[in-house]
Amino acid sequence: MALLQIAEPGQSAAPHEHKLAVGIDLGTTNSLVATVRSGLTVVLNDALGRPLLPSVVRYGKDGAVEVGYEAQRLQSQDAKNTIVSVKRFMGRGKADIANIEAIPYDFVEAPGMVRLRTVAGEKSPVEVSAEILKTLRARAEASLGGDLIGAVITVPAYFDDAQRQATKDAAKLAGLNVLRLLNEPTAAAIAYGLDNGSEGVYAVYDLGGGTFDISILHLSKGIFEVLATGGDSALGGDDFDHRIYCWILQEAKLAPLSSSDSRLLLTRAREAKEYLTFHGEAPISARLSTGEMVDLMLTTQIFNDITQTLTMKTLQAVKKALRDAGMTASDIKGVVMVGGATRMPQIQRAVGEFFKREPLTNLDPDKVVAIGAAMQANLLAGNRAAGDDWLLLDVIPLSLGLETMGGLVEKVIPRNSTIPAARAQEFTTFKDGQTAMAVHVVQGERELVDDCRSLARFELRGIPPMVAGAARIRVTFQVDADGLLSVSAREQTTGVEASIVVKPSYGLSDDEVANMLKDSMTHAKDDAFRRALKEAQVEAERLIEAVRAAIVADGELLSDDERARVEAAITKLHTTALGENRRHITLAMDDLEAETKDFAARRMDKSIRRAFAGKTVAEIEKTAKGNEA
Amino acid sequence: MAVTLSEKAAKHVANYIAKRGKGVGLRLGVRTSGCSGMAYKIEFADEIGDDDVTFESHGVTILVDPKSLPYLEGTELDYAREGLNEGFKFNNPNVKDQCGCGESFNV
Repeated sequence: MALLQIAEPGQSAAPHEHKLAVGIDLGTTNSLVATVRSGLTVVLNDALGRPLLPSVVRYGKDGAVEVGYEAQRLQSQDAKNTIVSVKRFMGRGKADIANIEAIPYDFVEAPGMVRLRTVAGEKSPVEVSAEILKTLRARAEASLGGDLIGAVITVPAYFDDAQRQATKDAAKLAGLNVLRLLNEPTAAAIAYGLDNGSEGVYAVYDLGGGTFDISILHLSKGIFEVLATGGDSALGGDDFDHRIYCWILQEAKLAPLSSSDSRLLLTRAREAKEYLTFHGEAPISARLSTGEMVDLMLTTQIFNDITQTLTMKTLQAVKKALRDAGMTASDIKGVVMVGGATRMPQIQRAVGEFFKREPLTNLDPDKVVAIGAAMQANLLAGNRAAGDDWLLLDVIPLSLGLETMGGLVEKVIPRNSTIPAARAQEFTTFKDGQTAMAVHVVQGERELVDDCRSLARFELRGIPPMVAGAARIRVTFQVDADGLLSVSAREQTTGVEASIVVKPSYGLSDDEVANMLKDSMTHAKDDAFRRALKEAQVEAERLIEAVRAAIVADGELLSDDERARVEAAITKLHTTALGENRRHITLAMDDLEAETKDFAARRMDKSIRRAFAGKTVAEIEKTAKGNEA
Repeated sequence: MAVTLSEKAAKHVANYIAKRGKGVGLRLGVRTSGCSGMAYKIEFADEIGDDDVTFESHGVTILVDPKSLPYLEGTELDYAREGLNEGFKFNNPNVKDQCGCGESFNV
């Protein structure tokens, strides 16, 4: 017998068509999954009633994969094969990772994104994240009694396109349909209902296990604009534990400890920290393997003193973010607290004093991001209540632009534009007779390409030869609701076009993706095949278009016989491209290219003759010198 | 014969309505569809319709439209937990057979 949930009036789903959707907080330390059930947003627990899933994945020699508490337990015994905090590596190259020498993994440099060498082979961070997502998906499907139609997954506000795309790929690999990627601070704000009619500037203070993020959001008419983000990727609740641990060592005058004793005392330290949230003092006692007894009393006062510098460090980052946003503490209308470490009373007090207002703490700070994501997922899945049909808009976190001559960046979509967004800009050729243009898409706020993040490159070919500056190439940037980008370039006079969907700039080739997908679900395998096929088809269309444009422009350069052969090759390619054999499409493209090789050479000669016609040798020399300069 | 809620179901319904912040009760019904004829409807109710038949059970108002009533007479709605999954369950004496999952049924 199926177990049913209460629907909104008139929203009862037909049998077997429940629109099950979840929100996932894919965290650095812990992950969660939440859903809306009978109108109530709940975090889904595992079989033992635990809401959190530690974001830890352990690979075994036999191909077994463990995720969560079990993997975490074995972390110290098998550090190399137990991947923690994989989120830090998503979409990152080796050079991007801070303190890489302190991390116990075998990193393998791969184009764009690092890989990790484990006993089970090389793993991309995308695959590791996919294991976490698979576990959450299984939990959700067991809890909801059916297949999910999709998920909203949260990402840090500062994630760039490569990191967002990596997150999306991980979801795909886990068999999850991503309804939308949502910024974590935005999700927290939604959970507190700030999207319902609240206007103004809000701060989201997120102190997790190992990371600290501060975001300044501007909210108006349902649009969340990220004014500034900041934080410290190596500061979190664990550092507070560590301060207590150091205090214990000092107070108990302990000699250097074995690793099991260290772990024991770190656990005791964490317990004491949590105890102090509701009590004035916490007893700490432990028996070490040496037989020594530790028996101490940690008071709130001592705890506050030894962690004062950590608390201040977070406020420094808050000040900087406010400065970046051009705001002062008094401009902030509300402060949302996220992350388990914000339960510490001294944190709440310090934040309250800084902003001169009580922070919002009535939701569980561990769950608030997942709850906001679930609410958004429920809406996107179409389970909305009457009068609840607000639209949530996010913004582009970093400007998107193009490389222009000299390695400069021309911004096409400025940061903080609301998404979905589309902008177009016209560019022109740089040299006479230039028939192709390289389009290099970059993201960032800096002026030089080298300082920005490279997202994608493609070429627009088949531009008719013209004098420099005569061609009109319209480049259109389009960002969908997930913040993912597609770029197209079109030469206005001939209509030749090229486009790209910004996919892994971290350099996963289609082959690699295909390999990753191989051991995954069959439908995912289909997707990769279809994508490769689609790309071949688009490529074929593009080639046909280029050749046709050339025939229209310079058809007289072909003999009737040649022309018939070219037409035949076009027809053949066209028919092949309608089919589903990628190899045949590639072969037909090669044929067409071979048939048109002489034609292309003649066209080039003609355009050069045209460019030089009526000019004296001196003029030509002058032009040539000018071009060299 | 009445349509009732088990005590557990009533507690959950009352809680959901309270958290939702509005609603006059719980609407139960059937409609034709699904793999074996009829499917249950379970929704929050924001108003009582003119034709609705109402029942009170453990402090919760249940609304049933007259067309659905013959199929639901004597039904008790229960709240059950099966593994990680939990939700409402119809114990309907009118049901002759149902599809494997119990989401639709025949009378």
